Amino acid sequence: MGSVYLQTLRRDFRLMTRQKSDWLNPLMFFLIVLTLFPLGIGAKPNLLREIAPGIIWIAALLSVLLGSERLFRQDYKDGVLEQLVAARAPLFPYVLAKISASWCASGLPLLLMSPLMALLLGLDSKAYWAMVGTLIIGTPLLSLLSALGAALTLSAEKGGILLALVILPLYIPLLIFASAAVEQAGFGLGYSAQLAVLGAMLCVALAGVPFAVQHALKLNVG
Amino acid sequence: MFKWLDPYAKPQTLFNLLGRWQRVLMPLGWLLLAIGTVWGLGFTPPDYQQGDSYRIIHIHVPAAIWSMGAYSSMAIAAFIALVWQIKVAQWAIGAMAPIGAVFTAIALWTGAAWGEPMWGTWWVWDARLTSELILLFLYLGVIALQNAFSEQATGDKAAAVLALVGVVNLPIIHYSVEWWNTLHQGATITKFAKPSIDPSMLWPLLICIVALGVLFGALVCQRLRTSILRHEQHRPWVRQWAQEQA
Repeated sequence: MGSVYLQTLRRDFRLMTRQKSDWLNPLMFFLIVLTLFPLGIGAKPNLLREIAPGIIWIAALLSVLLGSERLFRQDYKDGVLEQLVAARAPLFPYVLAKISASWCASGLPLLLMSPLMALLLGLDSKAYWAMVGTLIIGTPLLSLLSALGAALTLSAEKGGILLALVILPLYIPLLIFASAAVEQAGFGLGYSAQLAVLGAMLCVALAGVPFAVQHALKLNVG
Repeated sequence: MFKWLDPYAKPQTLFNLLGRWQRVLMPLGWLLLAIGTVWGLGFTPPDYQQGDSYRIIHIHVPAAIWSMGAYSSMAIAAFIALVWQIKVAQWAIGAMAPIGAVFTAIALWTGAAWGEPMWGTWWVWDARLTSELILLFLYLGVIALQNAFSEQATGDKAAAVLALVGVVNLPIIHYSVEWWNTLHQGATITKFAKPSIDPSMLWPLLICIVALGVLFGALVCQRLRTSILRHEQHRPWVRQWAQEQA
């Protein structure tokens, strides 16, 4: 079990270093979306500060979603998944490794870019730290859910837009609690309740989603 | 314990059973709906506050209730399909999803038409309205996913997984939306104190709710029968049945 996990993880990291556009493009997309909002709404610092939590989280949802479409596609096309299923290898560590790698490629860079977002949208330090907290808990949840969407739509003909249609409604609770936490912090209020709810959702997803992903992969391959 | 249910996992037996149910449920549903709506729209007293416009409740509330009822039945079918690997349960998801989506759309539309004279607006981001809208998105996702594969069997199974994930998510979405709304706005126009309803209005409403439930059952029977025929079209019993019909 451990070896499958580590091997898949190592292979995915190697692929990431060789195909940089796979994970760089969603990040650029994220930055561009962030830039579009002030351009569309007008550069009013107070307004921007007010809607910053929502903007950041919507941009994050979309960019993770965009990146996750390719999550299992390559393995599906070149037959790795079929071999895994045919060999009756445990899919669970493979799925976990895939999700971990996808978080490292999409969630972690968002976390590293968060000071930049705070600068662009004029968040103060309290709101900034709240945003870091929600990103730490929320991005793994994003990766889990989008992995489920990617697995479900794996062999579908119109993968991309279908993935968005299927998964975006499931993101709603995350969006609500994450942006509420940042907003509360901006008002100088406590936000540990929101973080706790996000943590609870992450625990539930962590327990359930890998099994659903495993099942979805099998039915797409078999 | 459920041994007696086993024969009904066989498409042919179920097809015949559904046919018998449909013959009873379909006329019964339409009859009840006619009684309920005529009574509700024509013969109940007008509301002391809302006048005649409250009468839309006889369509709005049943549609809203059964939009959720349809999703729960879909999730139960999905559970059966995934745990016991019963094909007809997968097909039942496809039979239920469009009906549920239409119920949701009716509930949203009548709600908007009711809100316009009462609240002065077609739409507010109230918790109930929002979760009903998200329910519609969940339905559309299930329908879209089911029809997205070149192999129908894959689509059926994927839709089952999504329906089950959706039903786990639905309470989370519901409560988070409720919480989100109460955070953002206090008692404004959406404050909708529910008056305890007078019996003269309650009975037609109850009849309408039962009627739409019966009609849902009848429509599911019909759609599932069609679906069974389509999936089993190469089997001898379907040919035989078709010849008998012709």
